[in-house]
Amino acid sequence: MGQLPPHLELQRSRVSCNKDAPIHTESIQYSGAYASMGIDNSSRLDRFSNNFRVEVVRLNEDDMEFDMIGIDAAIANSFRRILIAELPTMAIEKVLIANNTSIIQDEVLAHRLGLVPIQNDQPNEKNTIVFKLHVQCKRGSPRITVKSDALKWLPNGSELVKETRNATSDSSSKPETYTYFCCSQETIPEFVKNPIIPKYPDIIIAKLGPGQEIELEAYAVKGIRKTHAKWSPVATAWYRMLPEVVLLEDIEDDLAEELKSKCPVNLFDIEDLGKGRRATVARPRACTLCRECIRGDDWEKRVALHRVKDHFIFTIESTGALPPEVLFI
Amino acid sequence: MEHGSFTDNSAATFSLTDEDHTIANAVRFTLNQDPRVTFCGYSIPHPSEARVNIRVQTTGDLAREVLKDACQNLMLMCRHVRCTFDKAVEDFKASNAVKAMKIDSQDSSGDDSEESE
Repeated sequence: MGQLPPHLELQRSRVSCNKDAPIHTESIQYSGAYASMGIDNSSRLDRFSNNFRVEVVRLNEDDMEFDMIGIDAAIANSFRRILIAELPTMAIEKVLIANNTSIIQDEVLAHRLGLVPIQNDQPNEKNTIVFKLHVQCKRGSPRITVKSDALKWLPNGSELVKETRNATSDSSSKPETYTYFCCSQETIPEFVKNPIIPKYPDIIIAKLGPGQEIELEAYAVKGIRKTHAKWSPVATAWYRMLPEVVLLEDIEDDLAEELKSKCPVNLFDIEDLGKGRRATVARPRACTLCRECIRGDDWEKRVALHRVKDHFIFTIESTGALPPEVLFI
Repeated sequence: MEHGSFTDNSAATFSLTDEDHTIANAVRFTLNQDPRVTFCGYSIPHPSEARVNIRVQTTGDLAREVLKDACQNLMLMCRHVRCTFDKAVEDFKASNAVKAMKIDSQDSSGDDSEESE
């Protein structure tokens, strides 16, 4: 297997970003593409396994950034789409309102409750999580703000009693409630370690004036974002290709100063050689591809902007329900 | 569902319901890598309807088999990505923990030297 001549190799592996538009954006996947030159373009699994690398750049509780090198745009995009749309999480779906004398309408309150992110490690179809919210503002006291930490988790299930039609039912039997848990959820081991709470305790749900009251129960179920945006596990996830800045000629002295001052993210550095200054590319990763450095006359001949086609920088910001590295798996 | 001629098994259109670009583009990519494939593409007949048509034309092999192989390859690729990712996260966490320990030990050794003087 030979090597492609350098200009074709450039075309195959880099997107050239010119002044007006990027060119060579498509990835040459077809296995017979370079058959006339005797090059085998079909990529077998072992070549992929050898070339593929992942490097983590940053990992916090809420967001992470990592590089994937050696993968193609189609697969990277599929990962991104799955991260956004098809990972299941828990969110409040049904709200039973017992009493709402506040100025917030029932449906608006229910909608707001649905959007509150819930910290839960394993969304499970069989588990419904029940929350209770009971806030009262007494007459004569100032207005209160209902924040999301007022949502209390009920491990034993619902406390609202169902009306039984049968008036002659046995009074010694347990009153029927809306959910029936065969054992209290508190005893399930993973819930013992991390009780389920809304992730951020200071989300404002409603505001109450004196004499107003809200009493409701909310049921959270598992869902995916395709159904409704409240089930989204990530705030957002995106990727970009690694930018590469190539200096086609040596840029010296005054031109170097000019180049350095053009770039808004300070990519270029000036190196002091014996006989003069020369510009070098110091931080190519920070390039936002604003094309400032190739604006103006003649600069296109000196600086070339590319993007490496198989090096993707992924950034994932989680809403907090699950830490980002778990989400990717 | 497969639409194709009964006599010519090397070309077929597969229609998948309840799918969208997420899987179709990835499968198209792995199909393209296969040297037995002369043509492959996907289309979405209408955006409101979750249906994808994948067209495969091969150099004589059964189109079904080629599609199955492509899906297998895709699964293997994803598995490899997952393993590599796991390892990378572990390495990162380990190196961060080591860095934190080094900083702690440098601080404590600095204190010790001050006390001894």
